[in-house]
Amino acid sequence: MNVQRKPGPSAVRNESGLEIKPVYTADDVAASRLAEPEGGDGIGLPGEYPFTRGIHPLMYRKQPWTMRQYTGFGNAEDTNRRFKYLIATGNTGLNVAFDLPTQCGLDSDDKMALGEVGRVGMAIDTLKDMEIAFDGIDIEKITVSLTINGSAAILIAMYLAMAEKRGFDPKKLRGTAQNDILKEFVGRGTWIFPVEPSIRLVADTIEYCAREAPLYSPVSVCGYHIRESGANPAEEMAYAFAIAKAYIDLVLKRGLKIDEFAYRLSFNFNIFGQLFEQVCKFRAGRRHWAKIVKEDYGATDPRSMWLRMIAGGGGSGLTIEQPENNIVRGAYYALISALSGAQTVALCCYDEAYTIPSEYAQRVSLRTMQILVEEMGLTETVDPLAGSYYVETMTNEMEREIARIMADVGRRGGIVSMIANGELQAHVSRQAYLHQQRLESGEFRKVGVNCHRVEEGAPKVEMHPFKSEDTERQVRRLNEVRASRDAGAVAAALAAVSEAARSRRNTMPAIVEAVKAYATVGEITRALEQVFGRYQEPTRF
Amino acid sequence: MAGKKVRILVAKPGLDGHDVGAKVVVRALVDAGFEVIYTGLRQEPERIAVAALEEGVDVIALSILSGSHIPICQRLKELLVRHGIQDRLWIVGGNIPAEDRPKLRALGVDGVFPTGSKLADIVAFIKERVHERAA
Repeated sequence: MNVQRKPGPSAVRNESGLEIKPVYTADDVAASRLAEPEGGDGIGLPGEYPFTRGIHPLMYRKQPWTMRQYTGFGNAEDTNRRFKYLIATGNTGLNVAFDLPTQCGLDSDDKMALGEVGRVGMAIDTLKDMEIAFDGIDIEKITVSLTINGSAAILIAMYLAMAEKRGFDPKKLRGTAQNDILKEFVGRGTWIFPVEPSIRLVADTIEYCAREAPLYSPVSVCGYHIRESGANPAEEMAYAFAIAKAYIDLVLKRGLKIDEFAYRLSFNFNIFGQLFEQVCKFRAGRRHWAKIVKEDYGATDPRSMWLRMIAGGGGSGLTIEQPENNIVRGAYYALISALSGAQTVALCCYDEAYTIPSEYAQRVSLRTMQILVEEMGLTETVDPLAGSYYVETMTNEMEREIARIMADVGRRGGIVSMIANGELQAHVSRQAYLHQQRLESGEFRKVGVNCHRVEEGAPKVEMHPFKSEDTERQVRRLNEVRASRDAGAVAAALAAVSEAARSRRNTMPAIVEAVKAYATVGEITRALEQVFGRYQEPTRF
Repeated sequence: MAGKKVRILVAKPGLDGHDVGAKVVVRALVDAGFEVIYTGLRQEPERIAVAALEEGVDVIALSILSGSHIPICQRLKELLVRHGIQDRLWIVGGNIPAEDRPKLRALGVDGVFPTGSKLADIVAFIKERVHERAA
């Protein structure tokens, strides 16, 4: 075979910085291959180690991905109604958005909650709100994902308490909490406590769930938001794995074995960007994670090695200009997820650059996924891009790049230290700045933004209505709950939370008891904060 | 003014944690030769007003993506007046719907830079307006 190997006039690179050749051949696949600890070509079969092609043998042929649109606004009643709408239109999972006071551990009547109650998600103050939000929803049939981090221990406790109250067995309950605090220090920003006690709480929830709710996924490690904050796709995967390893190391120190909890860890990745780079990122990531869990941690249960993931969003790929183009981008992003073997997909809606998505926009996103399943034949064969010279070569190169970045993190003192001293945040935000400069110079092309523009007035987007009564309604309920609960029991439960935080014991049992006594999110947060203190943001550039 | 660097306070009020844009703008302003003080996340309007006063800034720049810009700016306006610094150049960026822009201008916001604004436009706006005020 006579292969032209001269590079073109200028190297073309993907966002991760890897060179893209005009033509790939079998020689490229062979030359890029990594040393496989178990031998073989690293491709193998779906459902078999190293799981490059998928974690299940039949993947979507057996069951399409879970369609889980992100929703929540106003109070628990408003959100309950939207949940029921989403289920009626065919969503197979719920992805709960909480308002910022809830996410930051504040009650709805806190001074810092000004203007924020019920705005970007549902307001939850006490177990009462959680009960209303899921009233009439079969949470064994519809799995629920809670997008909550800083206050995750409290909200997981509330969710489990609500389920138990309704007669569901926690031992059989499935569901997910995002609960990835390390990435909150890099992007998204709903941290509360300093880094060390924050990750202790994550370990507490993993340990608690491993014993009390073994099918519940207590953490969804997010490359997603780090990517949104400026990281490239290979970095997104590498930083997420480094963070997941930090949590695993903490839980192992508690005496749990890797196979007792690793199978409940899940991941959340972003899907905006170039199609082949994204697909290769997921295939490379799946293989690399399997190797980490098996080779580095000695797992023997294949389920521990699975990179179970929600792939979705793509918010940073969407544009405020010509918002209808976002529907088309969403379709390509959904295609990326489908070709990547994601377990769950949530698509950003075309109006999300403007507002909380309308019901209409949410239906369009859902239909986008349903069209892929029902009309496009994407569920019929597993990992259809396998064996492509390009895809296999780039999968190898992405894996090598992910490993290189992880090694670099190790050399810099590890991910926890890099986050605590602000080094990672500075690196990621520098990249966001460079990206913005490339966008403004036109070097990085974005349709409607720096090319193919139209001069038009403000597009017609249905804005989500906000009412000041929302806050009043929520504060009224909060006061009703405060007035009707056993004040002595609440005080004792809160003292127990502080005591558990002060000790080296797991804080979750005390948090669960406080939640059941109808202590508020703000009260429990303050009980922890008395011991843990508050995070001080390093603002280095 | 001659020889003195223009000082800018970049603040993230409220609980919104989306700071990619604010940090990108900070870098652009520093590269443009301004002196920039970045507050970090979750700043109460009270703290922003006090920081603006104590740091003696010429420009107050807020970044808000949660949709809470109206109540936050109403509160900040009261505080700027109370501290006698309502004359500082005041700009707001973030997820600001078109219909809210006149409301912000009515509150005294000099420039609104919604998501998608160019860094060069923000820099040019500040240079021009600060220069006008100094003249």
